Amino acid sequence: MEQKTPLVEMRNMRISFGGIHAVDDVSVDLHPGEVVGLLGHNGAGKSTLIKILSGAYAADSGEIYIEGEKATINNPRDARAYNIETIYQTLALADNLDAASNLFLGRELVTGTGMLDDDAMEAETRKIMGRLNPNFVKFSEPVSALSGGQRQSVAIARAVYFNARILIMDEPTAALGPQETAMVSELIQQLKADGIGIFLISHDIHDVMELCDRASVMKNGKLVGTVDIKDVTDDDLLSMIILGKQPGAAPVSG
Amino acid sequence: MRKSTKTFLTSLGLDLRLLGMLGALVFLWIMFDLITGGRFLTPRNMFNLSVQTTSVALMATGMVFVIVIRNIDLSVGSMLGFIGMTVAALQVQVLPDIVGLGHWSIWIIAAIAAIIMGALIGAIQGWVIGYLLIPSFIVTLGGLLVYRGAMWWVTRGQTVAPLDPTFRLLGGGADGTLGETLSWWFGIIASLIAVVLMLASRRRKSNHGFVVKPVWAEAILMTLTVGLILTFVMTMNSYKIAKGALPRIAEARGIEMTEGLTLYHGVAIPVIILLIVTVAMTVISTRTRFGRYIYATGGNPEAAELSGINTRLLTVKVFALLGALTGISAVVASARLGAVDVGLGTLDELRVIAAAVIGGTALAGGSGTIYGAVIGALIMQSLQSGMASVGVDAPLQSIVVGIVLVFAVWVDIVYRRKTGA
Repeated sequence: MEQKTPLVEMRNMRISFGGIHAVDDVSVDLHPGEVVGLLGHNGAGKSTLIKILSGAYAADSGEIYIEGEKATINNPRDARAYNIETIYQTLALADNLDAASNLFLGRELVTGTGMLDDDAMEAETRKIMGRLNPNFVKFSEPVSALSGGQRQSVAIARAVYFNARILIMDEPTAALGPQETAMVSELIQQLKADGIGIFLISHDIHDVMELCDRASVMKNGKLVGTVDIKDVTDDDLLSMIILGKQPGAAPVSG
Repeated sequence: MRKSTKTFLTSLGLDLRLLGMLGALVFLWIMFDLITGGRFLTPRNMFNLSVQTTSVALMATGMVFVIVIRNIDLSVGSMLGFIGMTVAALQVQVLPDIVGLGHWSIWIIAAIAAIIMGALIGAIQGWVIGYLLIPSFIVTLGGLLVYRGAMWWVTRGQTVAPLDPTFRLLGGGADGTLGETLSWWFGIIASLIAVVLMLASRRRKSNHGFVVKPVWAEAILMTLTVGLILTFVMTMNSYKIAKGALPRIAEARGIEMTEGLTLYHGVAIPVIILLIVTVAMTVISTRTRFGRYIYATGGNPEAAELSGINTRLLTVKVFALLGALTGISAVVASARLGAVDVGLGTLDELRVIAAAVIGGTALAGGSGTIYGAVIGALIMQSLQSGMASVGVDAPLQSIVVGIVLVFAVWVDIVYRRKTGA
């Protein structure tokens, strides 16, 4: 795996807000078909790091390479052009619009005359929701009328629908019940098999142990380290998160 | 019983809010008609009402978008005055020297100048709001003062009159109508378009295999729509032209003036302008990306930004659009009066905001409809002219309108809470 060009490589990223170094010299990478967990306390800088990749924030310094080529990502449109899709922790849904409008927001289907093709968008939404969440039926209501899990599935559908190559999931299971969480785990396995690279931000160590190939741990804006999941235990990860130390037990590989 | 009424309304697919507004309007009309002993629901009064509503309604359609993206525009009244005065001076003091007095092109140049001027002023305000991040309340409050002052400078406070005769047709009045025959044609064509659009939408939905309204519901809606259009045309076509104006109108319409000739007004030109604008704005709001982004931004600005929508540029466009509509409104308002004095448009911003809000636009952003704002303007104008015809004096009119505004918003808030919309 080491010799292949990574799908994404973020090198020496830095960003600060009002003198606070939210992300301080962090480098992470991601390969096709790989799930990399991003771990750390609240305020460790995980979400900020990922928002640089998704175009929501502009980094103060650092370089992003997509498949070995230097990428310029100044806004969410740029990120989408690189097939980077993001499921935000806040879900980033317009509550007053229905599921189809949210799914296609910014990438609407239009008719020959350039008018919105709402019916086609609803039909597509029905298709993908039938696959992701067959219980979903409220297609004509604003998403504010949906349950937490249903809203989450709209956000997931939006990221999956547009053939993401790089998927960022920020706490994708935070609002979900056990059954829906299992559904998301299954989806991650499936996307992984399709060769999509996934950054998974999670608080849940068990999720990370189960779903991820590697984990990068952050603390106070700095990278503590990146480890192979098969080489570490729950406790190792916890001590990295809490103490900010590389596990002594972790064997030095390669 | 209640349940069956509800299912009936659900099958028709009409929303409760629209029915509520129409109900309020009909209630007002009947009440004023009873109080005045049948002087309110006359063709003459309905014609005047339709013309008087136009100026505020035009701006209210644009104000909907501004409020939906969580902004406000307090400057439209002053902007209307400034544009009206500038365009009046242009056609009375400048253009006759260039193209000649009474030249056919004067009205076109003046009208286009008004729209461009409005769009430019609006775009500048929108840029200051969107890119310099100064709250729209402050920027447009400043605009309110600036344009009212600028209006004075255009002619140093002098009233400009008389406006170009062709230009004045855009304001309505006995001359500025379609006449009977054209009005009927207008009604027939509008009805046809409405029916075709409803059928097309139905076919699109069934092509995708969606559930469509029952045929009887669709038929009732079509009948209602066509009935409404034709009733309106019929009413306008039964308002007689006064004896004094008869020779002039007969000549303008190319009819020979004979003893016992009766002519009728027909639909006023500004009302046609309003209908076209209403349809265009409805299409923008429901069928274009621009419209979709307006509502998305109003619902969740952060989500809109993350979806790749340039919300700053959107702000500029929305304010420019309201500016352009204010330009059209300035044309209609000044043409109607035939002259422009420094008071033109005073307090219009409040009428426009009130119309949008009564029409169901939430100041919190994210929701509001174009037809709602137009009906809102019609309700406000009905209330005002109704009270005037009953003999309520101006101060009490203000008091009533103020209370109705607050009451209407309270009803809307209760409605939203109940429906969770």
